[in-house]
Amino acid sequence: MRVGLFVTCLVDLLRPRIGFAALRLLEAAGADVVVPRTQTCCGQPGYNSGDKQAARALAHKLLDEFQDCDYLVAPSGSCAAMIRVHYPTLFADTDDAAAMSRLAARTYELTDFLVTIAGLQTVPGTFAGRITYHDSCSGLRELGVRKQPRTLIAKLPHVDLQEMHEAQTCCGFGGTFAVKYGDISARMAENKCAQITATGADAVVAGDLGCLLNIEGRLRREGSQKTRVLHIAELLAGETPEST
Amino acid sequence: MKLSSAQFKHTARKNLHDVRLQQALHRLQERFVGARAAALTDIDDLPRLRAAATEIRQHALTHLDVYLEQFERQVVASGGQVHWARDAAEVNRILLELAARYQVRKVAKSKSMVSEECGINEMLAANGIEVIETDLGEYILQLAREPPSHIVAPVVHKNKEDIADLFVRHHHRPRTTEIAELCREAREMLRPHFLSADMGISGANFLVAETGSALIVTNEGNGRLVTTLPRVHVAITGIEKVVPTLEDVSVLLRLLTRSATGQSITNYVSVLTGHKRASDLDGPEHFHVILVDNGRSQLLGTELEAMLRCIRCGACMNHCPVYQNIGGHAYGWVYPGPMGSVLTPNLVGLSEARDLPNASTFCGACAEVCPVSIPLPDLLRHLRVRQLEQGLRPRRERGSLRVWAWFAQHPRAYAWASRLAARLLRAVANRRGMIRRLPLAGGWTDGRDFPAPSGRTFRDLYARRTSS
Ligand code: SF4
Repeated sequence: MRVGLFVTCLVDLLRPRIGFAALRLLEAAGADVVVPRTQTCCGQPGYNSGDKQAARALAHKLLDEFQDCDYLVAPSGSCAAMIRVHYPTLFADTDDAAAMSRLAARTYELTDFLVTIAGLQTVPGTFAGRITYHDSCSGLRELGVRKQPRTLIAKLPHVDLQEMHEAQTCCGFGGTFAVKYGDISARMAENKCAQITATGADAVVAGDLGCLLNIEGRLRREGSQKTRVLHIAELLAGETPEST
Repeated sequence: MKLSSAQFKHTARKNLHDVRLQQALHRLQERFVGARAAALTDIDDLPRLRAAATEIRQHALTHLDVYLEQFERQVVASGGQVHWARDAAEVNRILLELAARYQVRKVAKSKSMVSEECGINEMLAANGIEVIETDLGEYILQLAREPPSHIVAPVVHKNKEDIADLFVRHHHRPRTTEIAELCREAREMLRPHFLSADMGISGANFLVAETGSALIVTNEGNGRLVTTLPRVHVAITGIEKVVPTLEDVSVLLRLLTRSATGQSITNYVSVLTGHKRASDLDGPEHFHVILVDNGRSQLLGTELEAMLRCIRCGACMNHCPVYQNIGGHAYGWVYPGPMGSVLTPNLVGLSEARDLPNASTFCGACAEVCPVSIPLPDLLRHLRVRQLEQGLRPRRERGSLRVWAWFAQHPRAYAWASRLAARLLRAVANRRGMIRRLPLAGGWTDGRDFPAPSGRTFRDLYARRTSS
């Protein structure tokens, strides 16, 4: 099973550890993982800013890079949804429609892949303590990722999952929204952080780095140093040291 | 209604710090979100009902001309008259003609968002005709001279203390904050107006093509009085509201009231057909329907057509985390929330409401709850495409988009640039690994820290790992 890991531009730049954690999990699931070197971005920032042309160009690039993979897996619900849900729309009624649909059908969000396709039984993570899980919007609503991460979390023997209120409410990230409408975005983050803190969890976990940056940034600005902010891949893989 | 969508950011910021408004919005959310969820549990097969409702609305739009003409024939057959209005000015001209024809001095109105669109109240008042809003919320807004902030609960931004103060000022009665008392007081003030009004103006939730009926869904009973007591009844509504049959309405109603207020049915559902017949106990002598286009027909056959399926339940705004935090007035026109962010730019002009399509995280909560499956985020995204095409985005934004697109398509340059960015961001972080201020990203850092990267990209770390 040849799996192409799409690291995502945010993870590449801001938190490589998540990429290595995803790699470790995929390998634990028995996948033969390849990481195409020329990968950059799925095109979502352009797509959501109204630039279809840029989004199409990046879709073509990504299609070429992952052509020979049985699956494409991304540690992000929103990037996976971009490929799985939006690429086919972007190329509807074009010559590439069929190829894009095939790519879309092979694309999975990480936890979805681990549970639905790979049937991963044990996870290497060693975290001990109480966590709460934030359902990132795209993964949840566009891909139906809700049970998958919880199924995997349940495999960690020392983790106690305490659900927060409104776990499915947006944290306010929304890509460029967070900068363009900073005060609305920060208020949404504030509301989310209040729910997180109310659970008394040692860590908040989510499947998208964008949400994590937003939540962590808000928690720290509020002076809260206690709650850790982890990607689901980091939690499941065990916190591997960053480099080699 | 006065358009102020251009002040979106300003009003939103102000509203975020308005404590009373925040409390009111919180109550709205508590009331409507939970009620909707509870009410929908008594529907056996929700996805199927939703698909049926979607299909009914879509079918009506696909054959809009056919059903509108059928509707007109049926209205005429029952002794009424249909007027076609291209825009707000035509609506107002038709209304004034009718007012003159029937010597109208006083108008009683039930709630109608289309009439807000057309600025009917101001126009009638300017022509010496007294207008009384009789929906409790709209009555309060009329006294306060404020626009609605929600399409179902127009006065949601006010609390009962605000309303008590307002009533004291206008009614000169002892102050009360008991909701039942406030309602009674409003009812007593309104009753004489129902009896003395010459014309009743209503909206319509649906128009039924097979019977020529205007159908209204209300809780207060004022709609029924407005449409039966005065000599003339004028229903004003958008052309998209037509559905083929009463049977279709029954499907839509099951979802409308549950999605809107969490009720399995509202207190009143009035099917208004023609004028008073010889056998009727009451009813108006004259029945008119004004069908308003006002920009709607230009959505037909476009990527945005689905928006016309909207049945105005308000669920999208009740569930929208942006609306929940900034309230309806920030959107600056008649329709707030996600549906307003699609409709307003279309009805008033894309350049007049530049923020609306952009002020969304695309979280998708709206589309998830919409009873007629309108893909609101997709429609907003489409408006962003149009804005970019028409050069309506700021130069800096367009510039950074171009720079990003170029780098993302050139992997070697991208690798170099991201390596540099990772180092720079690391360098400006504090000892806890947080960045307190970022030039060009003040929107982010005003309210949050930015977690700094470790300094090396995945790409570089991975290359090192695989080569060793
Ligand atoms: S867009 Fe959908 S959810 Fe929003 S008001 Fe219209 S019908 Fe209701």
